[in-house]
Amino acid sequence: MAIALEHFLILSAILFSIGLYGVLAKRNAVAILMSIELMLNAVNIALVAFWRYVAPTLLTGQVFVIFIMVVAAAEVAVGLAIIIAIYRSRETVDAEQIDLMKW
Amino acid sequence: MNLYLLAPEISLCALALVVILLDLFIGRKWILGAVSIAGLIVPAAFTIALWGTNETSFNGMLVVDQFSLFFNLFFLVSTALVLLSSTEYASKFAAFRGEYYALVLLAAMGMMLMASTRELISIYIALELTGISLYALTGFLKDPKSSEAGLKYLLLGAVASAVLLYGMALVFGLTGTTHLEGIKAAISAEGLLASPALLMGIVLLVAGFGFKIATVPFQMWVPDVYEGAPTPITAYLSVASKAAGFAVILRVFYEALGPVSLDWSIIFAVLAAITMTLGNVVAIWQTNIKRMLGYSSIAQAGYLMIGLATVSALEPGAIGSSGPSALVFFLACYALTNLGAFIAIIAISNKIDSDEISDYSGMARRAPLLSLALALCLISLIGIPPTAGFMAKIYIFSAAVDYGLIWLVIVAVINTVISAYYYLRVIRVMFLGAPLSEERVPSSGALRAALSFACLGVLVLGIYPWVLLRIAEAAVRMFP
Repeated sequence: MAIALEHFLILSAILFSIGLYGVLAKRNAVAILMSIELMLNAVNIALVAFWRYVAPTLLTGQVFVIFIMVVAAAEVAVGLAIIIAIYRSRETVDAEQIDLMKW
Repeated sequence: MNLYLLAPEISLCALALVVILLDLFIGRKWILGAVSIAGLIVPAAFTIALWGTNETSFNGMLVVDQFSLFFNLFFLVSTALVLLSSTEYASKFAAFRGEYYALVLLAAMGMMLMASTRELISIYIALELTGISLYALTGFLKDPKSSEAGLKYLLLGAVASAVLLYGMALVFGLTGTTHLEGIKAAISAEGLLASPALLMGIVLLVAGFGFKIATVPFQMWVPDVYEGAPTPITAYLSVASKAAGFAVILRVFYEALGPVSLDWSIIFAVLAAITMTLGNVVAIWQTNIKRMLGYSSIAQAGYLMIGLATVSALEPGAIGSSGPSALVFFLACYALTNLGAFIAIIAISNKIDSDEISDYSGMARRAPLLSLALALCLISLIGIPPTAGFMAKIYIFSAAVDYGLIWLVIVAVINTVISAYYYLRVIRVMFLGAPLSEERVPSSGALRAALSFACLGVLVLGIYPWVLLRIAEAAVRMFP
């Protein structure tokens, strides 16, 4: 059985869903950040697959992936900085205890 | 590659770097604020010098037209007002003023790029440049509420951009290009209109951008983030960041997804009705004024989305063509009004050290002019003449009537009546309540200048809106 575009897209959809589940179900803020990384990497797989099978002559798909990686790194840096700031003030990174403001 | 077209953004970036460098050498930190505000004149001058150009550059990624130039000026003016209102507030984080001003300027640069690009990768980069700067600014204060707001904003924002990216990946995969024009051509050429994958991509795009403009069901971050963030940043989020979201939605949905407009017009109409109703109903119960204005801004986003729902590219120039110009006009009126309200709140809350509405009791006797200005802005948010909010609502409602969305206008008018209750409650507390102390509430010159500008704008636009209306119409004219 040859590996075709569909296989990559299904893999990407599954990874994205696992990531989304992690965001909704995890309580640790760092784990939520990791789940978001999973979602972004699912997008990267889809983009590279689309690049290879749909528009292999253009570099757009690859360039897009590299930009997503760079931006994700910057986002995580800011995210971890904020998590450290929270940890310093209340000694927890449990999302359920970060609840000073509620509906 | 014409670098001159990018001059406003480049000069703004240079200004941010200058502020960071100055921060290292200068002892008197108030100079940083002055430099950032005065420096905004340079990008504004470049924008005005470019006025009337209609060119693309950088391989079609950058577009300079009336639309992007209008939004450039819009963001520069809101940034100037936010910076003016920050000068006094910045004493809360005295050691980090340079970073604060630089981040505000970088966020403004991201927003300007969002309005002036027609390519998915650059839209994403601009969106994240704005987003990451704002995450850092939201968590800028040392108190736990601010960090909590920053974390919530960052986590939800990152999820939203992941969803947005998935939508972009689908659109790229189906059309083989990231250029908006190419996407439009591919959709009509290959008959993708009925493709479920494209519909999925559009829904994901709406979700990702919907987070930025805080529409239902992506509004849950708004109240918490607005309450916890430093108040000038709350104002910035509620005005500039939201406007950037609307600018990019107009650009993407007009230029790329025009052929499928019937589908997304209905999505936006339904979302608009739910968004404004939820915002207004929940705002009634709020006791914190920043939180109340957060819900109010959700409701205003609902009104703004009426402008998106009245968009039809099926028949170019036909009925409903007034939707986008009404939306742009509404954005400008809303920006002045909301910034005015927030500046008044910064001035009052900074002195009484509370955001509770009950603590505003009798404020009219302690700070008569500030209370009057806040009352004027709240009246404009309701939409009572002779204020900008009234004109804005008239235009956006009549665009919807022209388009045949009568039910949406009825919902919006009912919502306006509901909203009058909680806005007027603040005015009642300020003017009829007993003052909690006799102490006066003084305000700084910068705050007074910013507040007078906003209030004057609200009144002028309420009485003589024609000039801005012409500009708004010219700004959206290039849409097919």
